[in-house]
Amino acid sequence: MREVRCDVLVVGAGPAGLAAAAAAAEGGQSVIVLDENPHLGGQIWRPQAAEANQPSRSVSPRAAAAPPSAHAHRRAHAWHQRAQKRGVIFETGMTLFDAPRTDHLLAVDAAGQASAFSAQQVILATGAAERFLPFPGWTLPGVMGVGGLQAMVKGGMAVRGKRILLAGTGPLLLAVAAFLLDHGAHVVGIAEQASRAAVRRFGTSLWRHPNKLVQAARLFTRLRAVPLLHDAWPTQAEGFGRVEQVRVAAGDRCQEFDVDLLACAFGLVPRTELARLMGCATQSHIDGEIVAVDRWQRTTVATVWCAGEPTGIGGVDLAVAEGLVAGYAASGAFKRAGRAARRRDRARAFAERLDRAYALRPALRALPTDATVVCRCEDVTWQAIRAQPTIRQAKLQTRCGMGPCQGRICGPALAFLTRATPAAPGTATQTTTRPTAATTSSHAAGPSTGWTGDRVRPPLVPVAVNVLIGAGQAPLANHQPSPAPSRHQEISL
Amino acid sequence: MKQFDAIVVGGGIVGAACAEALAHVGGTVRLLERGHIAGGATAAGMGHVLVLDDSDAQLALTRIGRSLWTERWSHLPPAVERDACGTIWVAADEAELEAASRRATAYAAHGIEAELLDAEALYGHEPRLRRGLAGGLRIPGDRVLYPPTATRHLLDRAVAAGAVILERTPVQRAGNGHVDLADGNRFEADLVVIAAGLATPMLVDVPGLVIRPKKGHLSITARCPGLLRHQLIELGYLTSAHGDEAASVAFNLQPRATGQILIGSSRQLDDNEPHVDQGIVARMLARATEYLPALGNVPIVRTWTGFRPATPDHLPVIGPVPGAPRLWLAAGHEGFGIATALGTARLLVDQWLDRQPTIDPRPFRVERLSATHRATACVPRGAPECAAVPDQDSPPSPFAA
Repeated sequence: MREVRCDVLVVGAGPAGLAAAAAAAEGGQSVIVLDENPHLGGQIWRPQAAEANQPSRSVSPRAAAAPPSAHAHRRAHAWHQRAQKRGVIFETGMTLFDAPRTDHLLAVDAAGQASAFSAQQVILATGAAERFLPFPGWTLPGVMGVGGLQAMVKGGMAVRGKRILLAGTGPLLLAVAAFLLDHGAHVVGIAEQASRAAVRRFGTSLWRHPNKLVQAARLFTRLRAVPLLHDAWPTQAEGFGRVEQVRVAAGDRCQEFDVDLLACAFGLVPRTELARLMGCATQSHIDGEIVAVDRWQRTTVATVWCAGEPTGIGGVDLAVAEGLVAGYAASGAFKRAGRAARRRDRARAFAERLDRAYALRPALRALPTDATVVCRCEDVTWQAIRAQPTIRQAKLQTRCGMGPCQGRICGPALAFLTRATPAAPGTATQTTTRPTAATTSSHAAGPSTGWTGDRVRPPLVPVAVNVLIGAGQAPLANHQPSPAPSRHQEISL
Repeated sequence: MKQFDAIVVGGGIVGAACAEALAHVGGTVRLLERGHIAGGATAAGMGHVLVLDDSDAQLALTRIGRSLWTERWSHLPPAVERDACGTIWVAADEAELEAASRRATAYAAHGIEAELLDAEALYGHEPRLRRGLAGGLRIPGDRVLYPPTATRHLLDRAVAAGAVILERTPVQRAGNGHVDLADGNRFEADLVVIAAGLATPMLVDVPGLVIRPKKGHLSITARCPGLLRHQLIELGYLTSAHGDEAASVAFNLQPRATGQILIGSSRQLDDNEPHVDQGIVARMLARATEYLPALGNVPIVRTWTGFRPATPDHLPVIGPVPGAPRLWLAAGHEGFGIATALGTARLLVDQWLDRQPTIDPRPFRVERLSATHRATACVPRGAPECAAVPDQDSPPSPFAA
């Protein structure tokens, strides 16, 4: 197995990771950045097909060591240039699957070759995933995530003339609607679950952020012909073999849309698996479980830092600022970290207002019917899951979340659907001593704990048996807290 | 039918089987589980229903256990994922084939169907095994099920017979005919059965009762149907399973109804931490690919650990606590709780009702572990039955050889 050492290892090459890498390198550290995607920039700075890397480049980590940033997203390109000037090494197409120690991480590339990365400091910038909420018909072909649709269009999927309904919550709906219009799509409507009043309050708070105000004004001008519904969400998607009609509840009315595609965005979920595997504490947050960090973005593990969405969904500006704080602080440049921290705090205030305005309303917990499939990998219905007292029981008894995605899709959905659900009227309260409360056959109250309470175990992603054999048999690098290597070292085992 | 109250402590598969059996012979049963049912060793296990002949007693218990599962096999609901796939014990060389042949003879003597396979026959059954193996022993009557749903099924039957299941109900202590709950309440009953696995010694005062955790790892693959048809185990398994080595691995593969493959197995005696040990997993997977090279490219989607509750002589304790005739144990099944749950329940109920037991109960008695402590055995207060301490020099058994 190939073994690589550096001072600072950054996991994730999105805005937070790129900024962290540049900052750490400017602080004098040897830095390696890993990302599972072939391109730099993460989900938000994803390059358009015309400018994307050639697919063949993405499979070899050696080739990816110098990604063609000329083809990257404009802002990713700028950060890449800045980082590369300081000698940062980029390894794309690298998926992390285990961290046997907090200074020793294992990754596998698309060709199935494993690498071990040893670093004194690790900065986690693992981003976020889309949250899907199940409703009748959500598994029909043609129903997808808003982010996923945007990625596919950037990857070359044609949407010209396609009737597309966007549903869910947040400014992402507007941004992607404008993007789709630019690509010739017919956006038939936007169903925003937040109330008009909440969105208006958020809008008026934008005076504090003039650049956001300008962006918003541009968006609304671009979207003036698109019907924008508030207090609205999809209740059913129907069609033969693929989605054809979507029923939307809007206030007290019901509206039907004929569509070719339905793109949903019910917010983002912090990706915290790696942090939790490494033993970093998490805390509850409106976005779900987030990684707990101090003002320097340091986690509860002293050599592990975290920046961007895993510490709370906040968007690109907050991610960049957090990345800078983490990168500078991890390299001991606390003065510069302090300046970046002020920028971060402003961005966080904006993110918090955004969170409040677009918080998912409890009514959405009623979206799935008994027959709605919640776990797509194992075809488990809401009725089957609801009958279980805990998520762990749901997994054991129904196989929910046990399929190839290992709960990455249904987990966040269930965390929302089951969070603090008020007991239904007439439901027996579970007490420990009442012998009359037979709990075997039904639990009307549904699962009572979130998905994320479960222990994270390696491998984080499915990994071939042979890779795990190689990774487990190689001795761990003898990584004493010795003077940092000045540049990254590569040893082939 | 005799009427009595019974409390079963522990909602794993053994407790569920006991609750079901007691409810069906007229018991008014309450089952108390500290967490949720089938959440401990039951959830972590493979669900292999097999006969094993490590000792005569083990053979007797696994045999009755398997035949009780077989009797109800066609009535198990689909969620139990039953698969009568059989086992093949794989012999790597001539010496192991010799051992297989001896085992075939022993099984035949007990009426257990067993087919000795030469190399050609082995590859006929399992063409993906690596070349150069000597043969194997096929046990067609062995089977596989999914333990959490099997436990649920047993409990559903218990509830249908009037049992009450109390989850999230931790027990602090158990005595002769009563249990003290963690919340301070006391439940009383004619019979208390402790089926709490590793926690059992903490609940009862039985000097000499030792149940140690034996940590195991299991990995499950993505769906790759067709790689194997039988549960496959290396013949050296028992050597590895009961050896004194601190950590051992053995080749043990199971085809699941879902098309996935469950890969085992490992044993570690002095590791009480639930973390996944990379090195052990790598050894376990390497052992698996030694026998089934095609497995190397299959993705592992999940790895987990569990703790087998092991007694010093590898046999469970089934029967009354000396000096406390209303306090019984059904614990310490190590890796065979799924296979022997129904057999355990049968043995327990037979003795409770003073029926002729189907198998010799003596090797499973609690006092075999605590005999030296007889004089000091604690008799719970307020237990008049303590006058009726069962005679430990048992009468001649019809099963005595």
